Amino acid sequence: MRELINGAEAISRAALDAGCDFFAGYPITPATPILLHMMRELPLRDGIAIQAEDEIAAIGMCIGAVIGGKRALTATSGPGMSLYSENLGLAVMGEVPLVIVDCQRMGPATGAATTTSQGDVQFLRWGTSGGFPLIVLAPANVEACYHCTIDAFQLAERYRIPVIVATDKETVSTFATIDTDRLIPSQTIERHTLPGSDPYRLYDYARPDLVVPLASMEEHIIRFNTSSHDPAGYLTKEPDQLDVLNTHLQEKIYAHQDDIDHYDYVPVEGARTLVISYGIAAGSALKAVQKAAEKGIAVSSLILTSLWPIPERILTEALHDVDTILVVEMNNGQYAREVERLAHMKQTVRRVTSVNGVLIPPETILQSGGVQ
Amino acid sequence: MNETIRTYLNEDRLPLPFCPGCGHAVILKALDRALVSLALKREDVVIVTDIGCVGLSDKYFHTHAFHGLHGRSITYASGLALAQPEKNIIVLTGDGGVGIGGHHLINAARRNMDITVLVFNNFNYGMTGGEHSVTTPIGSHTVTTHQGQIEQPMDICGTAAVNGGSFIARKTSFDKDLDDTIAAAIQHTGFALVDIWELCTSYFAVNNAFGKKNIQETLDSLHFKTGILHKREGKPYLALYREKVEGTKKKGGRLSGMEITHSSLLSRPFAVTLAGAAGEKIISAAKLFGQGGVRSGLFVTQRDDYPVTVKTGHSRAELILSPEPILYSGMERPDVLIILFEEGLRKVSTLLPELTSADKVYINARLGPVSTAATVMKLQFDHAGPLKRRSNAYAVMALAELLRHEALYPVEAFLEALQARKRFAADSLAAVKASEGVLEP
Repeated sequence: MRELINGAEAISRAALDAGCDFFAGYPITPATPILLHMMRELPLRDGIAIQAEDEIAAIGMCIGAVIGGKRALTATSGPGMSLYSENLGLAVMGEVPLVIVDCQRMGPATGAATTTSQGDVQFLRWGTSGGFPLIVLAPANVEACYHCTIDAFQLAERYRIPVIVATDKETVSTFATIDTDRLIPSQTIERHTLPGSDPYRLYDYARPDLVVPLASMEEHIIRFNTSSHDPAGYLTKEPDQLDVLNTHLQEKIYAHQDDIDHYDYVPVEGARTLVISYGIAAGSALKAVQKAAEKGIAVSSLILTSLWPIPERILTEALHDVDTILVVEMNNGQYAREVERLAHMKQTVRRVTSVNGVLIPPETILQSGGVQ
Repeated sequence: MNETIRTYLNEDRLPLPFCPGCGHAVILKALDRALVSLALKREDVVIVTDIGCVGLSDKYFHTHAFHGLHGRSITYASGLALAQPEKNIIVLTGDGGVGIGGHHLINAARRNMDITVLVFNNFNYGMTGGEHSVTTPIGSHTVTTHQGQIEQPMDICGTAAVNGGSFIARKTSFDKDLDDTIAAAIQHTGFALVDIWELCTSYFAVNNAFGKKNIQETLDSLHFKTGILHKREGKPYLALYREKVEGTKKKGGRLSGMEITHSSLLSRPFAVTLAGAAGEKIISAAKLFGQGGVRSGLFVTQRDDYPVTVKTGHSRAELILSPEPILYSGMERPDVLIILFEEGLRKVSTLLPELTSADKVYINARLGPVSTAATVMKLQFDHAGPLKRRSNAYAVMALAELLRHEALYPVEAFLEALQARKRFAADSLAAVKASEGVLEP
């Protein structure tokens, strides 16, 4: 069976399939369709959906609900992400599993509300104080919106971390043909709760890279603290304790990149050119690679489905045997800088970008790569 | 758990960290006595603290604790109240937290969210050195009002009450019955707030020679009363939400999907742009046309314009139909451009000169001539019999004619898609029938 659905519907359906039972949001183009879907569907499934007074309250309510045992989603666009910033940091520090959808539109500020963009990519990584890692996924098409959202809930639970699904106006609002049999969760997302010994210690990890499962408020006294805290959740500024805490916040992500990194790498025998893309730009890149192949020119493709933490292992592998790397993205070259950092002196990294909202034509990529 | 709880204070962590004479310790002990009097289970109490000196408080209670960001405590408490409606969610905030988070206070009151907010109101920011707050009395001296405060103090109780809060009290830390009022607030179902006036002995009290009697004088000068000021019965947010949902038919579930019931001979991607006018069912006609393609085994994408205001737009749709999965939904030029209304003609004015002789334009014959290299064909809606003036059927008519002329997929598949949308099925089927012969070379 097939359906014609857009990315907003794919994301909303995935959230419900992942067991999301709490949504708080604030209307904003182009994320509103997700708010509408959840407001319509969640009450019918014994879930809670609420339109908050602003984005700050939306994410704040989600965080409170998660600690109260719910599985939460919120969705916004650039200006809303700006307002999420402080609570994004709180979710990192308190180790809150939460899924956030950023339907990117052109910024800065109100920008062009109905124009697509990938301009939040660096902001999503560095948009809260402290500089500690979180996870950002980027679905390349409508079907990937579904699977990325499922993965986002899984990763959020597994690493007790906010996971951002970075999509865009174009992907959430364009209808595409999908096979309904493929929109089935690939995994069941379980919340690991800890029976454990009383008193429960929310931050008492055995190793820096491990997280303590959340506990139920019925079974344990929970001490949630987003000031710097010791293993029991009490405020501390002891240097030794801060080292432990801050090492943990990094290690729990960086030590598990094999699990977190998501990508689609298609190396082509003899290719001297590699196209790297993600999100909406991946369609342009794939079409360009296909057109090059039709002309008998071998070009390899790497589509990144996880952007943060940087999937360095696959980037390094993909960069290994090529001379020219084209980084295709609908912004001012934000992710290209990460690739440039990993490329060696003799390689050429070309930024193929667009900041006018028009999808990057495959021909532009081919021209940039000298493939005519 | 049937133990009799003597205190909810976390005795391992005592003593309390506040300055000598600070009202915070008095209020926390009153809160402890209130909890003892209510004999609540520890697991049923959640203390949510804001930022500032009061933010240190959760540590001293052996209950659930949630310590978050400045001004946002009420948002976390609201989320907790929705997730854990049986628990007693108690927010401890200062006058600073009320200032920065005033929007949340107003909205939690409006919603009658089932939380209790205790305001530790000492007229200034104690932790950061005595800056003025939203409650600093007129004329008072703080490190940010050297010449005396000139801003009107906020009436916290009045604000919460006028916006729907259902239990509103004002007390001072010197009141002997403070614990009773706090207990009543916790017991209340719905949004409860106690604004508790107290002294910051490090800053506000010393900078203004402000003592217990000055609290009373300030209250009097503002005509502010103390005690329980407002109490009404009213269902809290979640109870109303549940009530509204109750009895609503359960639906949802999986996508139904469409069977592939027809086949298409299309051998390459084919692009169609539909340029209509707002309110003329352009987007929905395009969607059904796309569904007809899906029912014929084609892959389809549909990009619609995204107007700023709904009734000024939603007039243009771009469709791609392809025998292969569509990687890239962008469109350089359509194979067929359908122009139905003046508004659509304006919107494609820059596209027309780009079309080549391989492309076609179907244009409503009532619209003026267009200049383009494409083959122009006229849509003679006057030949559509009884539907000739039914402008919101033009899109379906034009698309049906497109199928007859370009053989993208069988008209029957389009009919099937139209029939599946039951509410408009009869009108749509009539439009398809009436459209035959409307397109003229």
